[in-house]
Amino acid sequence: MGGYGDVQCIDENGIRLDGRTKDEVRPVHIETGVVPVADGSARMTWGLNDVIAAVYGPMEAHPRKIQRQDRAVLDVRYNMAPFSTTDRIRPGFNRRSREISKVTAEALESVVLTELYPRSKIRVEIEIICAEAGTRCAGITAASVALAHAGIPMTDMVVSVASGKVHDIVVCDLNKEEDNYGEADLPMGILPNSGEIVFLQMDGDLSPDQFQEAWDYNMEAANVIHAEMVRALKGGDE
Amino acid sequence: MKGGSVARPDNMSGDKGADGPRGSRQAPLLVAPGDDLGDSGELEAGHGVLAINGRLRALKQGRMSNRGGTVSIEPRRTAYVPRPSDLVIGYIEGCTSNIWFVDIGAPFNAILPMSLGPSKAEFGGIRKVLDIGDAILCRVQEVEENHSSVVTMKGMGLRAIRAGSVEDIDPHLLGRLIGRGGNNLRQLKEDTECRVVAGDNGRVWLDGDLSGIIDARDRLNALLTEAKVEEYRGDA
Repeated sequence: MGGYGDVQCIDENGIRLDGRTKDEVRPVHIETGVVPVADGSARMTWGLNDVIAAVYGPMEAHPRKIQRQDRAVLDVRYNMAPFSTTDRIRPGFNRRSREISKVTAEALESVVLTELYPRSKIRVEIEIICAEAGTRCAGITAASVALAHAGIPMTDMVVSVASGKVHDIVVCDLNKEEDNYGEADLPMGILPNSGEIVFLQMDGDLSPDQFQEAWDYNMEAANVIHAEMVRALKGGDE
Repeated sequence: MKGGSVARPDNMSGDKGADGPRGSRQAPLLVAPGDDLGDSGELEAGHGVLAINGRLRALKQGRMSNRGGTVSIEPRRTAYVPRPSDLVIGYIEGCTSNIWFVDIGAPFNAILPMSLGPSKAEFGGIRKVLDIGDAILCRVQEVEENHSSVVTMKGMGLRAIRAGSVEDIDPHLLGRLIGRGGNNLRQLKEDTECRVVAGDNGRVWLDGDLSGIIDARDRLNALLTEAKVEEYRGDA
């Protein structure tokens, strides 16, 4: 959220820098089975974002102190590759990746039937290969597809998408410039079949009307992305 | 809010049945987790299906089937979860003075007590009977609620595997390997002149001439490749 600056993200006709209208989603493509050694995996390209998620397990949870007698634990690791952005990212865990790993695990735990695998661990690795904006949303969505691909029982899949405010206009699915120079963003994790929300964060300020508008955009975008997730899992037309 | 395509047994045919128009063999219906499978009123939730608020919901990715009013999903991929009486092939991973720990491909290692081992062993000398890394053909005797399992080697044909080769396939492909009435497995044995034992955990023991083992292994790999291609094409 860098403030207005000199960058004009939307022209007078409501067309954004990448040619989208304010309610359009970036092109999304998902494929499964990209990591052959993993129990389940998915690759998601979303605009310029490129994310790989791999799932291993359920397996015995180590160290034993993390075991839960009544359910499995989700061990999520979100990581950005050093070359994923124009500024090199120092390899390894940092505060941001730790936070995103935590919120991702909490979002996914609400749909995975962890009680079927007591004392176990399901390891979810999310690697950001190329980052544009909304990598946490892409990571959660890709991880959700990878879990489904691994045959982990889930009541629904989590679709995550972020809308935000740029020059006082609410826009759907922020790109890099809008994320950097906009005033607010609202990433959400949505269960498309029930409409439930499992994850919500807000950075910046939105009026109640703007919040509602961003909410509606996210809900509509979730349907578009969910259709692509289902197509990838059912092995639809390539 | 509804999203994506929704699979419901009641919209598969004109006569509101999940068995298809002729009621004979239903067309496979691919589902993804969260898909709504219809009203749970007269249908029962089987494997991979959960009834929530009077509706059936898919829990896994796979093919939906309706047999005798029970809707279930044959998953495309799944982790092996041991059940009592499963015939499995395991590897000895560790031991104490009277227990072996056996990797049976499940989330947790199974235990093989000395009393259920292949032969008598002295207390503290069980590595002389089965050592770490040895492969064994055993049967799951007991599975506890917390997924701990006990295996036994007391039974017909259960033994330490000292010859041949053990190959891994995904457990959900066992049906394809065995075939209807065991036809495919019988054909594989006849063609390769090998002893072929398929464990429920997806491990297959091949024993025979070297050329036969190599032939059988190639056929298993072909089966895996074929399954992967079908999965990619979407007709698995």
